[in-house]
Amino acid sequence: MSNINRREFLKILGIGTFMGLGGWSIFEVVGKGEIEAFVEKYKKAPEALQAKRWAMVIDLKKLDQKIIHDCTEVCHRIHNVPKILNPKEEIKWIWEEKFKNAFPEMKDDYMSPEIKNMPVLVLCNHCENPPCVRVCPTKATFKRKDGIVMMDMHRCIGCRFCMAGCPYGARSFNWRDPRQYVKNENPEFPFRMKGVVEKCTFCYERLDRGLPPACVEASKGAIMYGDITDPNSEIRKILSSNFAIRRKAKLGTKPSVYYLL
Amino acid sequence: MLELALKGSPRYWGWLFFLAILITAGVITYLYQFQIGLGITGMSRDVSWGLYIGQFTFLVGVAASAVTIVLPYYLHNYKKYGRIAVIGEFLAVPSILMCMLFIFVDLGQPMRVLNVLLHPTPNSVMFYDMIVLSGYLILNLLCGWVILMSEKKGAPPPRWIKPFLYIAICWAPSIHIVTAFLYQGLPGRDYWMTAIMAAKFLSSAFASGPSLLVILCMLVRKFTNFDPGKEAIQNLAKTAAYFLLVTIAFYLFEVFTAFYSGITSHQYSIIYLFKGLEGYSKLVPVMSICVLLAAIGVLILVTPPLRKWEVTLAIGAASTFLCMWLEKGITLVVGGFIPNPFDRVFEYWPTIPETIITLGVWSFGFFVLTILYKIASSVKEKAVFDKYGEKQVKA
Repeated sequence: MSNINRREFLKILGIGTFMGLGGWSIFEVVGKGEIEAFVEKYKKAPEALQAKRWAMVIDLKKLDQKIIHDCTEVCHRIHNVPKILNPKEEIKWIWEEKFKNAFPEMKDDYMSPEIKNMPVLVLCNHCENPPCVRVCPTKATFKRKDGIVMMDMHRCIGCRFCMAGCPYGARSFNWRDPRQYVKNENPEFPFRMKGVVEKCTFCYERLDRGLPPACVEASKGAIMYGDITDPNSEIRKILSSNFAIRRKAKLGTKPSVYYLL
Repeated sequence: MLELALKGSPRYWGWLFFLAILITAGVITYLYQFQIGLGITGMSRDVSWGLYIGQFTFLVGVAASAVTIVLPYYLHNYKKYGRIAVIGEFLAVPSILMCMLFIFVDLGQPMRVLNVLLHPTPNSVMFYDMIVLSGYLILNLLCGWVILMSEKKGAPPPRWIKPFLYIAICWAPSIHIVTAFLYQGLPGRDYWMTAIMAAKFLSSAFASGPSLLVILCMLVRKFTNFDPGKEAIQNLAKTAAYFLLVTIAFYLFEVFTAFYSGITSHQYSIIYLFKGLEGYSKLVPVMSICVLLAAIGVLILVTPPLRKWEVTLAIGAASTFLCMWLEKGITLVVGGFIPNPFDRVFEYWPTIPETIITLGVWSFGFFVLTILYKIASSVKEKAVFDKYGEKQVKA
């Protein structure tokens, strides 16, 4: 939570109310632009990381079983993701797939078994043009200004249209109450309830505190992140000097997660 | 007019009682699902829609098919349908109610269903589906009721109802087109992402709806003194025959596109449904039965002597209806999810609780249908005039 100057806020609110009573609305006193600037100033903590569009680059050469385990483990632990072993009801935010499954359109009979079975970390692609957002009937899933595709688990009605819409299988549904499947709960992150869809949220709560996404931190350099609209950002430099691929790019969803081979 | 539903034979009450038991079983099982969650169904992370959404999709078509009676009657003055127009309209009403219930039982958080209204989202096809479905429900209830009411009074229907009749005719295809758009606009679901989906939805609807109406007309004639008319039934059968052929053709177009183009991702679902994929073949028997039923339907409905003889007609109509039900109510939805985005096959089969809930919703639909048909047939039995002031022929 940012350090909102409560006193200053109340002062302006007080003046506004006073003026409002006298027939002047708060807009006449401070002006709409000033209010927006005020809100903008206090919406984010000073240490919060901001971007025009967040993106991620995953270097597959650097991934090993330990990193994969650490990334998935820390993500699922801090976000209270239930550990359900039954594949029917599994909930995953970030997980391991084989290359041939993550990139099925690249399947090739003569591809070496090492590449075919190379481990790949997959997660929500935070698409620039997300089909899940397009189909959601309640705006429970939406794209933030910084490109993060978010979930409002309190608004979700559980129609699972987004799961049908997502071509990446990135979304999980709580087929039953997830609480019983969470061992070490993290009180700082909200629990979900049964009947809602959930997925990776690019660690928005960590970015707000000036921290990188948990998987990035645990990956020992295998996962990089940054503002893809900023030509000087680390990931832009990587993308300009490396060959990177995205999952199912032909679908026009414009994923924000890139893979280096 | 509702009072007409309260006077009936023991058979009528027995049937309603039977349905009420099934509804109760459905409600109790739903409470169980409400408590545990949708985990009690066969749906999974990979096949996230199943029997419920399939029934919804199928029943939207049945509802839309009322237009196959209403359009010839009101736009082309085809008088043979005068007596059964209300049968069509009153079939649409329970169908839409069932659609809504199937959506409701499929929701993970049903208590939040009003969020769809509180946060209207015009970029979601679901938003339009809600509008067209509720609109269609109101239109059919209004048109059917008003016209039946005037028939009861022995007067021609009021003039103000006419615009609503025309709107209802235009509205009918919209409900099924929008429902198809739920599917055909999704990237990465190759089985659904085809422009012919909406067209196939309409054609299969106009095959399944009239076949059901043929059977319902026969039942109405058997159990009440109201005769929908032999010619009306024959014409419904012809409608079903043409649209059954069109639907099969549309399906084959899809098969052609998938296999002649050679694009494997377009072929997987079709292969899964007809042959099985990677050793998984739970839906192959369903699809085989579907093909068999389609063949029986075509044979009977297209061959004039078999269509005219009502014993075979009933078999043909039932086959067509069941064929379309298996195709749209189960295989279409599940097939679209297989293989999953990771090219793996995770199969689906409905569980017992899921089936009981589904049966409960269907029973509710038939409960409403029975009541509406009871009212309609009671009025029709006594009716003197139809819309054109023509004398109703007593059976």
